[in-house]
Amino acid sequence: MTEATLGGEVPAAPRSGGAAGARMGGAAFGDRAYQLAILGFALFIPLLLVAIAGAVVSAGWPALREFGGSFLTSSRWDAVNGEFGAAPAIFGTLVSSFLALLIATPLAVGVAIFLSEFAPSWLRQPVAFLVDLLAAVPSVVYGLWGIFVLVPVLREHVMPFLADTLKLGRTPFFSGPAYGPSMLAAGLVLAIMVLPYVSAVTREVLLAVPRSQREAALALGATRWEMIWDAVLPYARSGIVGGIILGLGRALGETMAVTMVIGNRHELSASLFAPGYTLASLIANEFSEATGDLHLSALMAAGTTLFVLTLIVNAIARWLVWQVARGPRGR
Amino acid sequence: MRTIARRRVVSALMMTLTYVAAAIATLPLLFILFHLVREGAAALGPDFFTSTPRPVGEAGGGMANAIVGTLVVVGIASAVGLPVGVGAGLYLAENRGTRLAWTVRFLSDVLNGLPSIVLGIFAWDLLVRPFGQFSAIAGGMALGAIMIPLVTRATEEMISLVPGSLREAALALGYPRWRTSLTIVLRTALPGIVTGALVAVARVAGETAPLLFTAFGNQFWSTSVTQPIAALPLQIFTYAISPYDEWHAQAWAGALVLIAIVLVISVVSRFVTRARFGTGSD
Repeated sequence: MTEATLGGEVPAAPRSGGAAGARMGGAAFGDRAYQLAILGFALFIPLLLVAIAGAVVSAGWPALREFGGSFLTSSRWDAVNGEFGAAPAIFGTLVSSFLALLIATPLAVGVAIFLSEFAPSWLRQPVAFLVDLLAAVPSVVYGLWGIFVLVPVLREHVMPFLADTLKLGRTPFFSGPAYGPSMLAAGLVLAIMVLPYVSAVTREVLLAVPRSQREAALALGATRWEMIWDAVLPYARSGIVGGIILGLGRALGETMAVTMVIGNRHELSASLFAPGYTLASLIANEFSEATGDLHLSALMAAGTTLFVLTLIVNAIARWLVWQVARGPRGR
Repeated sequence: MRTIARRRVVSALMMTLTYVAAAIATLPLLFILFHLVREGAAALGPDFFTSTPRPVGEAGGGMANAIVGTLVVVGIASAVGLPVGVGAGLYLAENRGTRLAWTVRFLSDVLNGLPSIVLGIFAWDLLVRPFGQFSAIAGGMALGAIMIPLVTRATEEMISLVPGSLREAALALGYPRWRTSLTIVLRTALPGIVTGALVAVARVAGETAPLLFTAFGNQFWSTSVTQPIAALPLQIFTYAISPYDEWHAQAWAGALVLIAIVLVISVVSRFVTRARFGTGSD
């Protein structure tokens, strides 16, 4: 939506006295009450955020104070002995999300270019619709499909193919037994979940590129692809990056689908075949059975870490998209 | 050599690649739907919607309690999310330029990007821990917090689309401002707001993470708001990670029902929006 001021500011009520005075008085009260009411509702949002931040941070504080920096760097998550280090979870969160974006970005940008440049008009709506619908599928359904369809396929076909046929098993990234539930599975599922967001933002940004840019490139003799690559994409670059980071923010916080396919193991491993953990699935798995206050506080601290992480990433994303909306910058 | 022929070949190749990308991107949805229908339809019968879960090992049973539970929890969420969302949206639309509006809008987007599990542990801290028990209310509140930014944004956009002339005409006829906003402007924007609200409802109906330690789930029939309550996504999750085949089949059926609900709402709202505003640029 453009910054149209069709609705715009509410004009000031005209002042009038006399016979209308009594009615104006009643209306003034109604106006006052209305303004206060909607202000109250609007202020609910910042209040809610402050409450969330306060509750989560204060609940996680005991653990953070107890372990300090080692909460972020230690790999020992030992509920029995009261030692909690969330490094595998943090590592897993970052790796699975980056992997997801690595897979999803070329696809999403490709689809967006397809939809804005190459697609025949009868194909445009259906394809756009199907891609956008991916965002409507609930996370637990992705997880269900992941457990029973994706993971067996990975275990029986894809992983042996990667490890043996392509000989990638020699590298540390594809080593280890092919259990199935793994960082790779999580990255793939997340990629599917993140695709519609990156695609939607890229599509909007590409459409915002003025026709003049396209026409100028074509007039100078560029092929279709050269026009896209040299004239359109650089224009849209920061918006696309914003969309990618937006997708990153989504992937970081994703819980259910990841929990169901990542294997849930507190381990730092370079291999994509290895099971792992993420902050969100750590909380999801252990919260209801947390033994003792320190364990609970450690889980809250994990929640705080996740909170801060997504906050920063989303802020960057929005700033980038806002930059594009503000207008082009010279190349 | 960058001959024109070679450049044309590259261009054609890239175009093919984008076609491939589009094909790959549409596949997952089709795969998922295919599997849902194939696995889920088998366990789906009238029994599914009317009976509660059976003990492990017994065939049959259903998710009636989960379906009703979802309705209850989503109902509570809407009771919180809709008033706050519409109210905040009204405020943002009518006070566009102010600092406070900008802040609230920004914070609403922050709230939107918050992982739902963080909202879940917040709701646990506030509504489960003090009372010592899981409840539908706690789950509903967590979901309501998710709904708020969605409804706010939809309301703000729809209200902004109402022409200023409508508002001014009402004011000229002597309507007080509050009445103009509520009975004229809001009513005009209502279909769009309802669509936005439905989309928010569809989104929350599918959320699992916030319910994990608030509503918690319930194998038995319960509609009490102060007790743990079953919900469709929760039930699907519990069954999916279990080792029992009958439960797996039930999970597929439940997922089919859930996605049917969510997709129907999403598709309908898309059509309504498009019908109102014409084919958007896509």
